[in-house]
This record gives sequence, structure tokens and C-alpha cells, in this order.
Amino acid sequence: MGIEIEQPCVQLSKVAVSETHGEDSPYFAGWKAYDENPYDELTNPSGVIQMGLAENQVSFDLLEKYLEEHSEASTWGKGAPGFRENALFQDYHGLKSFRTAMASFMEQIRGGRAKFDPERVVLTAGATAANELLTFIIANPGEALLVPTPYYPGFDRDLRWRTGVNIVPIHCDSSNNFQITPEALEAAYKEAEEKNTRVKGVLITNPSNPLGATIQRRVLENILDFVTRKNIHLVSDEIYSGSVFSSSEFVSVAEILESRGYKNSERVHIVYSLSKDLGLPGFRVGTIYSYNDKVVTTARRMSSFTLISSQTQHLLASMLSDKSFTEKYIKTNRERLRKRYQMMVEGLKSVGIECLKGNAGLFCWMNLSPLLENKATREGELELWNAILHEVKLNISPGSSCHCSEPGWFRVCFANMSEQTLDVALDRIRSFMERIRKY
Amino acid sequence: MCAPEATNLSMHKQLPFCTLKKQSLNMEILSKIATNDKHGENSPYFDGWKAYERNPFHLTKNPQGVIQMGLAENQLCFDLIEEWIRNNPKASICTPEGVHQFRDIANFQDYHGLQDFRNGMANFMSKVRGGRVRFDPDRILMSGGATGANELIMFCLADPGDAFMVPTPYYPAFVRDLCWRTGVQLIPVHCDSSNNFKITLPALEEAYQKAKEEKINVKGLIITNPSNPLGTTLDKDTLKSLVSFTNQKNIHLVCDEIYAATVFNTPSYVSVSEVIQEMENCRKELIHVICSLSKDMGFPGFRVGIVYSFNDTVVNCGRKMSSFGLVSSQTQHMLASMLLDENFVTKFLEESSRRLAERHDKFVKGLEEVNITRFPSNAGLFCWMNLKGLLEEQSFESELKLWRVIIHEVKINVSPGSSFNCSEPGWFRVCFANMDDETVDVALKRIRAFVGKEGTKKPLGFKRWRPNLRLSFSSSKFDHETVLSPHSPIPTSPLVRAT
Repeated sequence: MGIEIEQPCVQLSKVAVSETHGEDSPYFAGWKAYDENPYDELTNPSGVIQMGLAENQVSFDLLEKYLEEHSEASTWGKGAPGFRENALFQDYHGLKSFRTAMASFMEQIRGGRAKFDPERVVLTAGATAANELLTFIIANPGEALLVPTPYYPGFDRDLRWRTGVNIVPIHCDSSNNFQITPEALEAAYKEAEEKNTRVKGVLITNPSNPLGATIQRRVLENILDFVTRKNIHLVSDEIYSGSVFSSSEFVSVAEILESRGYKNSERVHIVYSLSKDLGLPGFRVGTIYSYNDKVVTTARRMSSFTLISSQTQHLLASMLSDKSFTEKYIKTNRERLRKRYQMMVEGLKSVGIECLKGNAGLFCWMNLSPLLENKATREGELELWNAILHEVKLNISPGSSCHCSEPGWFRVCFANMSEQTLDVALDRIRSFMERIRKY
Repeated sequence: MCAPEATNLSMHKQLPFCTLKKQSLNMEILSKIATNDKHGENSPYFDGWKAYERNPFHLTKNPQGVIQMGLAENQLCFDLIEEWIRNNPKASICTPEGVHQFRDIANFQDYHGLQDFRNGMANFMSKVRGGRVRFDPDRILMSGGATGANELIMFCLADPGDAFMVPTPYYPAFVRDLCWRTGVQLIPVHCDSSNNFKITLPALEEAYQKAKEEKINVKGLIITNPSNPLGTTLDKDTLKSLVSFTNQKNIHLVCDEIYAATVFNTPSYVSVSEVIQEMENCRKELIHVICSLSKDMGFPGFRVGIVYSFNDTVVNCGRKMSSFGLVSSQTQHMLASMLLDENFVTKFLEESSRRLAERHDKFVKGLEEVNITRFPSNAGLFCWMNLKGLLEEQSFESELKLWRVIIHEVKINVSPGSSFNCSEPGWFRVCFANMDDETVDVALKRIRAFVGKEGTKKPLGFKRWRPNLRLSFSSSKFDHETVLSPHSPIPTSPLVRAT
């Protein structure tokens, strides 16, 4: 008769056992449903269509064409010359040619209205890493960043999980098209103060995810003035800047700083990536552009944990320094996205569904609140979302997953599929709306 | 020498930018992490790097320059890889043969990683361990190089303020990798030459108890096997004792095995993953292995770091964390092909080992010709060189002084033992696999000339390096009776250390 002594379970870290990675949220059920029954035009035409993934698949042919025409430049060529140097290259400054190409690409996207110095470009493996890294640099555990709602759900993980930093929402709503007002900024700051939480910065996404709209110039000016008054940082996540349908409609914080002679610019940092604009999320290409010398130096050191593969830097350096290619790409990509957006929005309009007026991004912000009637609550929204997932067989993102304060809004992606698939999706929505009208 | 791998000294350059005015932002506005020193780059050891940067050696263009022997890189087998690449154009998504896969690969950002890549890694890791262990591809997690992998495992296992024990001497950048952003602290476990730097149970206990007394919460032990900087592998018994020790204390054991394929001589490599297969009642959930392709294959630029954990919760959480440092899908795709090519991998590992042995032997012979001994090693890309005889006195100040002489007069960048937190002065790590044969010859020539000069100096009251005072060196590389201590005339020499 032995006595069983229970082995003590060794603790993992608090970070490891927390849920701040965000993946246990109910809306991951949508991903599961898709994984279990993915739509395929030929082999599974009644499967779930993935409209919850903000990917840009509309312009791959342009990239493929470039590679076909320049395979020597982008590979290591026939004799693999340069392979060895490339395989050994782990300098956290990054390949100079790549940094220069990135700076120039960012300038082109902004129509030359802002200049970017390659010496201020810090490379990271994706915007995911860039956002986390900046948070480590500008805030201590327990401090906070103010983030306008609705926001990209991944921020909960990227800004908070390992950093221990908090997010305090800046509430925005449909009464003014979800624009960030000075009052909302002050209210958020005050909310943090009341919780004895020190605010270290504001993080905006411009163009916005999930709204699919650019932030207006005067709003950006207000935000800049606000962060200057409070002596805090501004992080501008501009990863969708190349996906603005019309170049003239995007104002980057970089332009405003330039127009102000870079006064007070040391508090501003821009995040960029090639995942959305070029449709290369697998390559893990993120950058931090900071006007603050100390942040650049520190970010560069920290990027050791998340460098971009030198093989990928080499490929993209060659591609992005080809100015005629990039000009053509940016223009064509914009046009195709605009067309998709129009197709989506008109299709929805024809069945009585309104979207927020958008001008950028890979998705639209759809208003289904009229369908909620007396169930205008988060629960009501989730019920509707479930119905769309299981009956209409579309995986879309409910506003609550983006911390939207008004129920009934949904983000619907349109650039990660063929036009035919988009047609099928719109057809399904049409039938769904007709079914609902009958009741 | 912190951050030897991913740095470039032009970081000290002033950042120019258009009309940007002087930065006046109050520095309190950055975090503590941003403003502390744990990135490690403010250490004095950067002199060596600066000297190299200012005046880098080149066989023909700058034969008087500083030779870089402080960088543990494996450059001996690129010809094999280049040949493979030429013969396998499909492995690249940029070639005409491979471009049809471009969009699927470019679009792939799943943090599980490409299945083929994981299979290839599992295959490679197994081959490196002589096929004695099989690895489960579903336990393979990616991270930004071994740098990222080491940080990731700390984030999973320890809270800020917790501690990990680490035997000395250890890789200097562990301070950055394990502590900087994680808030974890390191507790050194002292090892020294009196018993060939063995990691002993009393040393482990001493470190553990000291931490307990100071109310520090020890979460685990991290070892590097093969060792950097020693270049030796751990024997099975020692590994078993480390597993038992950590199991018994209920703490984690992290084994950094990034040099596993650089073993070039007997004894053959034993990985912790093999050892735990043989231990009944071993608590596998406490065991985690770090791998990389940076040293084994010479690909530091590709950022392939792997965390392999036997703990399911760590695998799940670590996988989510790998989002912060995924391997480029372009690189995963190419390496998947390469690593699944069984014949290539077998041939590569054999040839790499052979060339490392050859290079090691050549270098060590050159050192022996001038009576410089080194710690006998069977792995790694470097030698742990014993220069105690050249120190004015047995102190770290003397070590640094000697080091500066080596950099500025001999013009070789080596890494002083103190930068590895070695508890006794006089040891230097010198890398030999990051250059061609001719450069090795030049380096040896310079060392010969230097030692020849030093041998004729007669410094006052200092132990002089006499040519006939050779360390006993039997032909069996592992006759562990060497070391200076019994001959030291200084009764309280730090060399004689009770263990």
C-alpha cells in the first residue's frame, strides 16, 4: 500500500499561461470552421469562404513576371555567386541595398511627399515583431498605449503579451465615421490616469484596419498635437499605405512632420511591412522608421531577435530598387484593389447592406446593425456572426473581435480570393438577405 | 564579447538626416529596457571589433590588417552547398524552375511552418545525432535564429526576476538573449580548469543554494553542448546527472545544441534527447532543446532558430510566440528541399566534420609549435587557448592588457576569457573556421613571431613562460591531467580553486 506523492507541476512563466495571445477568443471558431471545410471552386464549392483574412492576392502575377524576367538578379545566379556572403550576412543593420530600396519604396507610396533616410530604417521579421519591439522600447510593464477602436485584434497579442503593457481604447463610433476626435483622445488619457496607469504613447493604424479608410489630415494634426502636449510617443502603423485606392487620399504622418520642419518629431515612429502591399506575408518583412536616434539604435539592437532572412533581403533589394517595376506595381495594385472594393460594396448595396465609406485596404467595414433589431448587443452580434458562418458559410470578422464599441459591424476581406469566388460570396449574401426578408 | 554575431560597429556612427534638429526628447520617455545596458554593447570588448572594422585583413588587398578570429562562423563547406543549389533550381522560388510556387510560398505565414521544412529539420537533427533519436516535426518551433530561440524559451519558462543557472564560461550574448527583454537573471555555475571545466554537482548545488538564500527563484539550468567557448561535448554520465539534478530540483533544463554538427572528433556526440530516452522516470516535460543552422551549416543570415520542447504547453505557447520571429517562407522552402535530400545531408555532415578536424588540427599544431596549449576539444569552430604563461600576473587586468596587445600588435581579434565570464584569467577563444587556409597560415605566422618575442622578455617578478615548461600533453586528447595549478608558484593563485 504505497502513498502516492503527486509530482509538483513545474510552473511555466506567467506569459506562457496567460491568454493574452488572444487565440482562445470565440471568433477563432470561424477559423476552425474554415479549416474543417474550406471552399474550393472545383472540389468543394459549398465550403466555407475565408473572408476573415486580410491578404492581398490580387497582384501576384506582377511579382511572378518580374521574377521570370530577372531571375539572375534575384537568385544567386547560375554559379550561385554571392551565396556565401549572403548566407553569412547577419548584420542587424540589414543589407544596405535593401534598406535603401525600402526607404525609396516608402517614398514612392507617398508620392514623394515625404523623404525617408535609409539610415533610420530598422528591419524586423514582420510588422508583428515591429509593433512588439517598439512597445518594449517606449513603455514599461504596467504602462499603456492608447489605441483607437476598432483595432486589429492581433494588437492584443503584439502590444501586450510579452511586454506586459496595457491597451487603453480611444473610443470611436459611427456617428462621425469612426474618426478619432480630440475629446476621445482626452477621455482615453483620463481613463488611464484614473486607473493609475501611465500612458506612454498613442498607436494608430493609417490606413485603418478594420475600417479600410485613411485618417484625415486634420485628425493626424490633432493627434500629433495631442502627443506633443502630453509628451508621449506616436506610433503610426502604415502597413496598408500602398493599398490606398487613390494615392492622393493618403496622408502619412511623415508628410506632416516634414511640413513642420521635423519639430517634435523624435516622438514619432512609423511601422511598415510588405505583407499587405506586396502580398508577401510569408517573407516576414517589417520595418520600423523612427525619427528618434536612440530608438533607432535600440530597435536595431533588439532586431537581433527578429532579423529578416538575408536570402529574402537579397531578393527584395533587387526587386524594390527597380523603380520602373515598383511604380507600375503600386499603380496597378491600387487600381485592382479599388475595383475589388467597388465590386464588394456595390454587391452589398444591391441587397441593402451599407459599408463605411472606405478608400484603402483589403477589406470593407460592413454595417449589419439593422439586422440586429432588438438584439443590438455583443451577444446579438455574435449570434448573427455564427449564423453567417454556419448558414451562409462565410468566415467574416465580428466587430467585437476588433473591440468595436458598437455592435453590428463586420470586417469582410475581398482581396484574398479570385473574382469568381467573390461573386459566389456575394451570391450567398444575396440569398441570405432574401431569406431574412421573408421572415 | 557581447553581440559578436549580429552587430556592425557603424552603430556608433552619428545618424544623419536632412534637417533633423538636435534631439531634445526627455529620455525618461523610453522604457527601462531601452535605456539599460543589457544589450551588452557597451562593454570594453568592442575594441577588438573596432580594430578589425577599421583595418580588416585581406590576403591580397590588406595583408597587414587585423585578422578576425573572434567570430564563430563555419565557412568551410560553402562549395558543397553552392553545388547543391546549382543542381536544385526548383528549391528557389525565383528561378524559372521554381517560380510557379512563388505565390503559395510568399503567402504562407502559418506559424506552424511549412510541413516539409519541419520534416527536413527533424531529419537533419536526427542525422546529426547519428540517427539515435527521432524528432517529432510537430514539436519543432521556429524563431529568429538561436538568438530568438533562446529568448523565446525564457519567455515561456521564467517570469521577470526569476533566474536560470548557467555554467561558466558561457557565450557572452546570453546576457542579451536570456535577460534583456525577459527580465530573467543569470546565476553562474563556476567551472574551472582545475578539473577541466567539468560541471560538477557541488558547483550546481552551491549556485542553487546561494540563489535560494538570496530569495531568488531559480527556474532552470541552461547548458551549451557542445560548449561555446570550450569546444567540448558532455559525456553521457554528466548529462544524466544534469537531468537528474534538474528533475530533482523541479526546474527546467535547456540544452543549447547549436554546435551539435561541429563535432569533429571522438568522443562522439551525445545529445540530451538521447539521454532521456534511456532514463526511466525522467520528467521529459522539463527538457527543452535549442537548435540552429547558423553554426552547423554556416547560414547565420537565414535566421533559422529552433526550439524543440518535450513539454506540450511550451510547444503550444511557444508556437504562438514564434509569430515574432518566423523563418522566411522563402528560406523554409529552400531549406526543406535541402534537408530532405538524405544523400546530401549525409555527405555534408561527413565532409564538414572532416574539414573541421583538418582545420582544427592544422591550427592546433601551429600553436603547439610555439608551446601554446589549448583546452583539448572535439567540437566547435574555435579553440580555447591557454595564454596564462604570457600574462604579467594572473589577473583579469593582465588578461585585458595582453588582449589589447594581441589586437594592436599581433593584429588578431580574439575573445578574452573574461568576456565569457570565465573565473580564471588567461584563456582566450580563437575561431578558426571563418577563413581560408592561407589566412590561417598568416595568423599562425604572426602568433609565432609574437610568442618568439615574448619568450625572450624578462619581466620583473612575473612568472615567465619558459619554453621547456610544457603542459603535459599525452597523445590521447582526453588525458585530463593537464592544467597549471600544481606548478603555480603563487600559493593563493586563483588557478587553484576548490570544487
